[in-house]
Amino acid sequence: MPDDKRPAFRVTSAHMFRSRTLTGGLAMLCLSAFAVGQEASTQVAATAPLTAEEIAGAGKIDALSIPTPGELLTALNKLGKMDWSAKFRAPIATSDPSRTKMALNLGGLIADGYLAVEAEDAQQVKNLGKDILALGKSLGVSKEILDRGKSLTEFADSKQWDVLKEELEATQNEVKDAMEHNKDADLVTLVTLGGWLRGTEVLSSWIGEHYTEAGAKLLRQPGIVSFLGSKLEAMPEKTKSENSVKKVQARLKEIEAAVSFPTSAAPTQDAVKNLNKVISDLMKEFSRKESK
Amino acid sequence: MKRPLFTLLLTAALAIGPAFAAEETDDQVNARKVALDLAGAFSNDGFKLRDGHWMGSFAPGKSSVIQVNLFAGNEYWFSLGATEKAKKVAVTVFDETGKPVAYEPYLDGASAAAGFSPAISGPYLVKVEVVEGAATSFCLLYSYK
Repeated sequence: MPDDKRPAFRVTSAHMFRSRTLTGGLAMLCLSAFAVGQEASTQVAATAPLTAEEIAGAGKIDALSIPTPGELLTALNKLGKMDWSAKFRAPIATSDPSRTKMALNLGGLIADGYLAVEAEDAQQVKNLGKDILALGKSLGVSKEILDRGKSLTEFADSKQWDVLKEELEATQNEVKDAMEHNKDADLVTLVTLGGWLRGTEVLSSWIGEHYTEAGAKLLRQPGIVSFLGSKLEAMPEKTKSENSVKKVQARLKEIEAAVSFPTSAAPTQDAVKNLNKVISDLMKEFSRKESK
Repeated sequence: MKRPLFTLLLTAALAIGPAFAAEETDDQVNARKVALDLAGAFSNDGFKLRDGHWMGSFAPGKSSVIQVNLFAGNEYWFSLGATEKAKKVAVTVFDETGKPVAYEPYLDGASAAAGFSPAISGPYLVKVEVVEGAATSFCLLYSYK
């Protein structure tokens, strides 16, 4: 196919990097920077490790360094058949005097949206879409998510689950762009943090109930916690003095320790359950409405 | 009506981009287009394109590195696009200590990709570099399934 610009090999899901047709693109493997890997002839690895300077200078950005809830649920899906709807939670408060708390909850609600899509529950997607819109309004970003809210409903009605995942990610990114634009960059971090916490709550809950070492190893995410922790630390004192931010900062060290185990080890079932409890308590705290 | 994500992203970049994309240079826009075109190929194989990108500049001998956090069991493709000023570019993957890991390469002039399926969840480092050519802008995206 002369017009086909795709890389000239096929990707298979079972052994992604082992069986495929080698064609022109791979002929360039003779580049001196690469050496043939050990496992399969199509695999390579760089010949030299990164320098300490390169490691220290590695960029970390919200848009690429923090996995989406969708990536986490995709990994969890591979552990076995999930009853996703069992992980739904009761509706949460969609207005609150605290903008930081609302931002944390907005991230959590978007993660809930991924969960509803995995469960293929159209009504739950629509309910969450309404809640996301309500929180967005309270945070001054409703214009950006109004159209997305409509498409969430439309795609839920037509059961286009894959497209819904894309819409949820786009919703989250547009909300974050709008927050940056409104000079609310701190809220962006809190939306990300809320989404990561809710995703990890679901993950640790399922693994706690269906424990395997392989499942528990999915919780190894030290880079994420240290990245988000440093972003929280860099926030203005006024933001850091907010109750919700103080509470999450107080627990973040404990959470970081729980997800920073060595590559060769897996946390025990009790450790997973404890992590789940810490995060669940935080999420309950955030979703409760506070009076002024 | 299912819309491939890369088409959505291209449309969105053109339709709603002005407020944010106005600051992008022509080189950056071109690099992003090259990366999106490449990533589109993986979407056809069931990979979901992450709606986010990393943009920057690189030159021969001046590579850039970014940290990503990956989950064991998932499969990833990192797609790099640059302008034609870079004759040959490359993407390489390392573990969190900077040790090289085995990955599937794809190299084609100003675009390159690395396919990686981590056995261990956690942070990884992705390096982008100009192998031949001049300094220019780059855009890195990733897809997963």
